[in-house]
Amino acid sequence: MNARLLAKRLTLSAITLLLLSAVVFAAGQLLPGDVGRSILGPLADARAVAALNHQLGTDQPALTMYLHWLGNLLRGDMGQSYAFRSPVAPFIGHALLKSLALAAMAAVIVVPTAIAAGVFAALRVGSWQDRLITLGGLSLTIVPEFVSGIILILILGVWLRWLPISANTRPGTGVMEQARHLILPALPLVLLLFGYIARIARAGMLDALESDYTRTARLKGISPSQVLLRHVLRNALLPTITVVATQTSYLIGGLVVVETLFRYQGIGSLILTAARDKDFPMLEAGILVVGAAYVLSNVVADLLIGVLDPRVAMSRR
Amino acid sequence: MSVLEAPIAQPAVWRMPRMVARLLQSPGFLVGFGILLFWAICAVFGPSLVPYSPYRDDLMNALAPPSAAHWFGTDQIGRDIFSRIIAGARPILSVAPAATLLATVCGTTLGLIAGYAGGWVDNVLSRLIEVILALPLIVVALLVLVALGPSSINVMVVIALVFTPIIARTVRSAVLSECALDYMAAAQLRDEGALHIMFVEILPNILPPILVEVTVRLGYAIFTIASLSFLGFGIQPPSPDWGLAIAENYGLIVGGYWWTVGFAAMATASLVIGVNLLAEGLQSALSS
Repeated sequence: MNARLLAKRLTLSAITLLLLSAVVFAAGQLLPGDVGRSILGPLADARAVAALNHQLGTDQPALTMYLHWLGNLLRGDMGQSYAFRSPVAPFIGHALLKSLALAAMAAVIVVPTAIAAGVFAALRVGSWQDRLITLGGLSLTIVPEFVSGIILILILGVWLRWLPISANTRPGTGVMEQARHLILPALPLVLLLFGYIARIARAGMLDALESDYTRTARLKGISPSQVLLRHVLRNALLPTITVVATQTSYLIGGLVVVETLFRYQGIGSLILTAARDKDFPMLEAGILVVGAAYVLSNVVADLLIGVLDPRVAMSRR
Repeated sequence: MSVLEAPIAQPAVWRMPRMVARLLQSPGFLVGFGILLFWAICAVFGPSLVPYSPYRDDLMNALAPPSAAHWFGTDQIGRDIFSRIIAGARPILSVAPAATLLATVCGTTLGLIAGYAGGWVDNVLSRLIEVILALPLIVVALLVLVALGPSSINVMVVIALVFTPIIARTVRSAVLSECALDYMAAAQLRDEGALHIMFVEILPNILPPILVEVTVRLGYAIFTIASLSFLGFGIQPPSPDWGLAIAENYGLIVGGYWWTVGFAAMATASLVIGVNLLAEGLQSALSS
């Protein structure tokens, strides 16, 4: 990918984020009732409510409020939480780190297993193993995370007692033990993503196996394992990278549910708590961070493909 | 090769009987259809067939394990879980199909216009889909439901709103490939009106891809509505909805009361997998 293409890609991402911020802000304006009243409760003095509204800036026209909010965001100020009466940013930062740990655990498990399953299915195309991986994987992607989560908790946590049910650990617990507590919460996300990644890896493999360059490599007399490693896999896995990136959106959606089920204080449960409390500054910031994470992961995927694909790398010179 | 031997691109309506025959031979489709039929019967007749009222509490019998009297046990306030599972098919199987149907009607109309007429409708549609796909569906739904307040109607509207452009995109691309066929040229030569061409000529021929998209969307609608109910923003208590049942009882897992959530989880999983098998069967039968 050349610099001009990258610049164009970043501009488009910025526009998507700007549109997103407008949509998120507009939804906040739909909320009935005034903010000061809902914070102070129905018994509070009308003057106190008006004073709080003035202090929070919620008594100004919508466009002024939006521009003000956007300007603050660009300076890194995400506003004050209505529920906690303190800046939003530290909450978001803390929750984001916890969610990243959970997402990383899910990715570490799902990416290698799904790619391996997809490659295996492609090498035995049409067999019962192939059908099991394809159809089974696809069926799992549509089972809601809280449903697979409950079933996994019952089997692995309660019945077999292999894994701890709780995602949270006492302060001072070692890193390995903390990671072990994240396995069970990560598994519903793994099941959600497995089918898509395996399917794309399988399709990429099939394309590469039938290609001219693979035939040429075979005819040159290179050993089958070398053909597979150096010619087929490298080309087959490129589309898989793009899919892993676009699945980030599902992953984050899944975090809301999984973090609630396992009572884990990540960005997903932060968004849900903010939604329950009608804490709009927190909700808006949380959703924007989620959107930014999605856009960013897509840009990173484009860059990765540029690095890995010699044809794209070639056009840069 | 003589002119007579040239392959003729047949409109899809002519191929319908063969498609149905192929569907009836697909085991995946039949299993999926069977599961959906079972839950549909529960949704329609269930509440009048069950041994106990799904709403009647019995605090003396709270958290009783599965037994001859209560096949699936009882929940925290002694309601019969078997009755609630059977009756629980109704809320999810009314909201999800209603949302899918609404999105199909709006999406098909938009897609026909965008594909046949093109122009600004086409451009607006593409931008809209991009923004919608940048956020997880659950998060979009949460945002709107916080603003509008959670209720079954609002959930239905939100899901329909998000699915409309996605269905429109499928319909649009189907319309574009139909426009190249001979019957379209014939209809235009006969000087038919745009509305007639869109709804009488094109629509019957793009029904197969629409049908596949609708079953796929139905699966996602069930997925999303169940998740929203679990989070407290979907179907509201005291409904016997499965997602809601899991939300109310999952804190009890540690105590060993597996039946309060296990059966609801199995019911939800069977329904979504059934719809998915149905969609997969339709797709492979109709696309070839």
